Amino acid sequence: MSGVFSPTRAKIKERTLRTDKWWLEPAITFGVLFSFVIYATFRAFEGANYYKDHLISPFYSPCLSEACVPEATIFGFTPVSAEIFNFALSPALIILIFPLGFRMTCYYYRKAYYRSFWLSPPACAVAEPHTKYTGETRAPLILQNAHRWFFYAGLVFNVFLTYDAIISFKSVEGEWGHMSVGSLVLVVSSTLLWFYSLSCHTCRHTVGGRLKHFSKHPIRYKVWTWVSALNHKHQQFAWYSLAGVAFADIYVRQVATGAWTNFYFF
Amino acid sequence: MARKLNLRIWRGDATDGGLKDVQVDVNEGEVVLDVIHRVQATQMGDLAVRWNCKAGKCGSCSMEINGKPRLACMTQVASFDENETITVTPLRAFPVIKDLVTDVSFNYKKAMEIPAYEPPKDLAPGEARMQQVDVERSQEFRKCIECFLCQDTCHVIRDHEENKPSFAGPRFFIRIAELDMHPLDMLKNRKRTAQEEHGLGMCNITKCCTEVCPEHIKITDNAIIPMKERVVDIKYDPARMFAGLLKREKRN
Amino acid sequence: MTAKESTLQREKYDVLIIGAGGAGLRAAVEAREAGLSVAIICKSLFGKAHTVMAEGGAAASMGNVNDKDNWMVHFRDTMRGGKFLNHYRMAELHAKEAPDRIWELEMWGALFDRTQAGKISQRNFGGHEYPRLAHVGDRTGLEIIRTMQQKIVQLQQKDGREFGDMEAKIKVFAECTITEILKENGKIAGAYGYWRESGEEVLFEAPAVVIATGGVGKTFKITSNSWEGTGDGHALALKAGANLVDMEFLQFHPTGMVWPPSVRGILVTESVRGEGGILTNSLGERFMFKYIPDVFKDKYADNEEEADRWYLDQDNNRRPPELLPRDEVARAINSEVKAGRGTEHGGVFLDVSKRIPAEVIKKRLPSMWHQFYELAGVDITKEAMEVGPTCHYVMGGVEVEPDTAAAIGVPGLFAAGEVAGGMHGSNRLGGNSLTDLLVFGRRAGEGAVNYVKSAGANPVSDASIKAAADRIEAPFSRAGGENSYALHAELQEVTHNLVGIIRTRTEIEEAVIKIADIRARSKNVAVSGGRLFNPGFHLAFDLDNMLLVAESTAKSALLREESRGGHTRDDFPGMNMKWRQMNNIASFDGNQVNIKAQPLPVLPKELFDLFDVHELEKYMTPEEIAKGGSN
Repeated sequence: MSGVFSPTRAKIKERTLRTDKWWLEPAITFGVLFSFVIYATFRAFEGANYYKDHLISPFYSPCLSEACVPEATIFGFTPVSAEIFNFALSPALIILIFPLGFRMTCYYYRKAYYRSFWLSPPACAVAEPHTKYTGETRAPLILQNAHRWFFYAGLVFNVFLTYDAIISFKSVEGEWGHMSVGSLVLVVSSTLLWFYSLSCHTCRHTVGGRLKHFSKHPIRYKVWTWVSALNHKHQQFAWYSLAGVAFADIYVRQVATGAWTNFYFF
Repeated sequence: MARKLNLRIWRGDATDGGLKDVQVDVNEGEVVLDVIHRVQATQMGDLAVRWNCKAGKCGSCSMEINGKPRLACMTQVASFDENETITVTPLRAFPVIKDLVTDVSFNYKKAMEIPAYEPPKDLAPGEARMQQVDVERSQEFRKCIECFLCQDTCHVIRDHEENKPSFAGPRFFIRIAELDMHPLDMLKNRKRTAQEEHGLGMCNITKCCTEVCPEHIKITDNAIIPMKERVVDIKYDPARMFAGLLKREKRN
Repeated sequence: MTAKESTLQREKYDVLIIGAGGAGLRAAVEAREAGLSVAIICKSLFGKAHTVMAEGGAAASMGNVNDKDNWMVHFRDTMRGGKFLNHYRMAELHAKEAPDRIWELEMWGALFDRTQAGKISQRNFGGHEYPRLAHVGDRTGLEIIRTMQQKIVQLQQKDGREFGDMEAKIKVFAECTITEILKENGKIAGAYGYWRESGEEVLFEAPAVVIATGGVGKTFKITSNSWEGTGDGHALALKAGANLVDMEFLQFHPTGMVWPPSVRGILVTESVRGEGGILTNSLGERFMFKYIPDVFKDKYADNEEEADRWYLDQDNNRRPPELLPRDEVARAINSEVKAGRGTEHGGVFLDVSKRIPAEVIKKRLPSMWHQFYELAGVDITKEAMEVGPTCHYVMGGVEVEPDTAAAIGVPGLFAAGEVAGGMHGSNRLGGNSLTDLLVFGRRAGEGAVNYVKSAGANPVSDASIKAAADRIEAPFSRAGGENSYALHAELQEVTHNLVGIIRTRTEIEEAVIKIADIRARSKNVAVSGGRLFNPGFHLAFDLDNMLLVAESTAKSALLREESRGGHTRDDFPGMNMKWRQMNNIASFDGNQVNIKAQPLPVLPKELFDLFDVHELEKYMTPEEIAKGGSN
């Protein structure tokens, strides 16, 4: 018997005496994240319906494979062969590791999935089911320490996705100065991604958190206070940006399959 | 307006014990500690409970109320439904002594293991100059009233007794962070020992410590995560480690 | 030898410190750094001492904010606050050494709030002429306790490197109550007590004992003190043969919370007024202007305009009357409430919400904001607080030698902090207690070190041990006796109603009789349950201490026929210059407390000369003035 049932602890047979709906939050988190993973997996393998009339799905950008729709590439830059080890990879699979890694190692998502998927613990003061626990001290979880590399990569992706959002201000014929619902969707989605990245704990550490004396670095301190303010809302940005990306992809897919028509304001 | 409250109190000691139901008067504006005191004065003269200031400043009356780690003096009876039974138990991460009192000596042992503040060698008393912006981060952690609710709720030791020797717990991670961010502290290896000796890597940042902190210290966001990032700087970031060598930065 | 004696836990140290608040810990540091072995005993867990409750700050004339400040100004303020009943030497040492004690804390890791120049910031406080209180938001006491706690850990780590055991030379014994100080051959030999957790008994053998047990608030019904403030050190010292000086002087903090009842007594820091909070009665009147005593007329504004200007320009305006010394404000609130101008819960309004923006309140008074929001459901940035007087601090205490903190009459016994008397005279200025702890805690440690070096060990006799053990066993052997909770409540009613903030002869006489009666009945207290962490059993011993304190207070109050500082007699409303020259000394003959008046040491010439003679004329007789101090 370990944990709260150890021989020295107060003899209480319940795993928890909480009377509130402590299971609700992990259950919702599980539901939403699981649905996202299913959808994202399906889309990543689909390898189609990710581009239409200057709208590109964030799941497929930057599109680096020779298999990409030429218009979806960045000036035709396709360094990755269409087939790796004789296996046709969807262009999404080549790049997905980066945004996925950023979210997997994110300090907020870690809390979310450790609680809801791994039940370690399911909620505060609710005994977890595991008999052994070593935290993030050994492989594979020690790789969580690579978060900053995914953060840097995430910034590069944000540049691409922002570029995609700008491109979407073209008409079907390729003329600048037009705007559609699709452009709005991409602008919102890429903006949320910026907020998500910039509010990240690693970002906060990088801009100033690692300093010992703020007073000797007034500009970095100022930036740190801004990032800290955003950091308070990191959890919200994590969800909003996830929803933003998912919706942007759904939108592009619907337009690409012809299910929806991309309405142009002007 | 006194009304009757149904209270379930864990009574017992290290050998055995269980929840006992009592009915007790409660008045408007009272906190759980008031009610426990009334039980003590009128029904159970030997009911053991720790408390001191009754104002949320000393962190003595830590217990679990309806399963949540809380200060009894900061828990309003009015925050529960009128006919709800309130269950109070001792902290479940520490050995019980009697009734609501647990043996929290684990925390004092850990306190002794954290290397003390080290002032600059040539600094005379009265000559220290520090800017407010440089002390504010550490000041947040020095708000800690040592109620040990964060230690109690942390599943690393709550659910795994065997981790106690190798894990200092959230209260002492903020102590380490406080010293590492102290503008005048000269000790150089706090980050490394945090990871290698005090078990910072065991934390999986599920944030329960922050949730229960009565002082609203942002334990996870402002201490543990920044310390984890500082550890990455010296242990898991080849680029920074290389740059550090080039700059001959002290490996702290 | 009986079985009990053979299994008795025995601990041997050079210095035994009873109380782990600011004074006790400072004494411990001093004694350990001088090379002695030290035991620290605390009644609760380590770090929970009442020192954590101190909010406003620690007064030290560092002159960081106003460079006109120096020890002489601080000394003058302290004497004025105490209505010249202070032991001048204590006030002098305190004023001179306070800055060093604060700077020392900084060297141990304390993080005070800073000025622009990076020095320790200092704030205004009642009775202090210049901004003088080093502070950390409104949790200064916590900072001081934690710093000292961590300093002890640092010393332990050093011992660990040297002796292989961190607790080899300095050890904290938490949750331990001392029931008796033991003497052999007229000198201190140790102390006897029990573990609160197990109820088992323990003997400490030590040639020097430092008492640093703090206050007596729990003797009263409405108090800001925690359960620990039961006057243990006062009673232990009395019973060991020491004297208590001026026990009639109790400080009622003017602003305790009055609503809701569960938080009654809890302190609202003076900084609320320092930051601009004003007091109004139920008519909306800012009443403090009516209560400025003549002696303060030239220091305090008599109109709202000037009072408000002071917050912006302190050099050219007199301060608002809300910042008068605590006794004045407490009496004023008491009078307003008695005159029917109080709030429905018997207090007055204290308001910051109309004068200070909400963010500033939360930044400058964070724990006050929390305290009201979480304990009482009141948002002080939006509405006024309801406040009234609460028993906060006892100025009286063990009579000591100022330089060594040695208790007079008991070789080897020392006392520092709130438990010691004399330093604050008839009324303590806010902020002076934190530095009192540090200055005299250090001196007590030093005094103990010097004493131990000259006096050898003094073994405890078996007879003393048996007597102490029997006393602890007694309540368990009685059946169907008095309930200690009920007696405690009864005592609190007596002190509250009869020797509270306003006193009169007939009431005090009644109190003396009633306290004697409760004491007689307390000899018959019975305890239910076993020894294991049994609060009923604990209270039985605390009660005994409170009864001795209450008796000393009542009898001293009866003798002193004047009103001064923390002692107000309805039948003798003014100060009496003859009484200013007298201390009331309480001693215990084994049966009851006896009081005698004893002349106060005369201010030496160099300190006398620090004052304007016209000011002294308000306190001193023409003969005293003519002499111009001693020498």
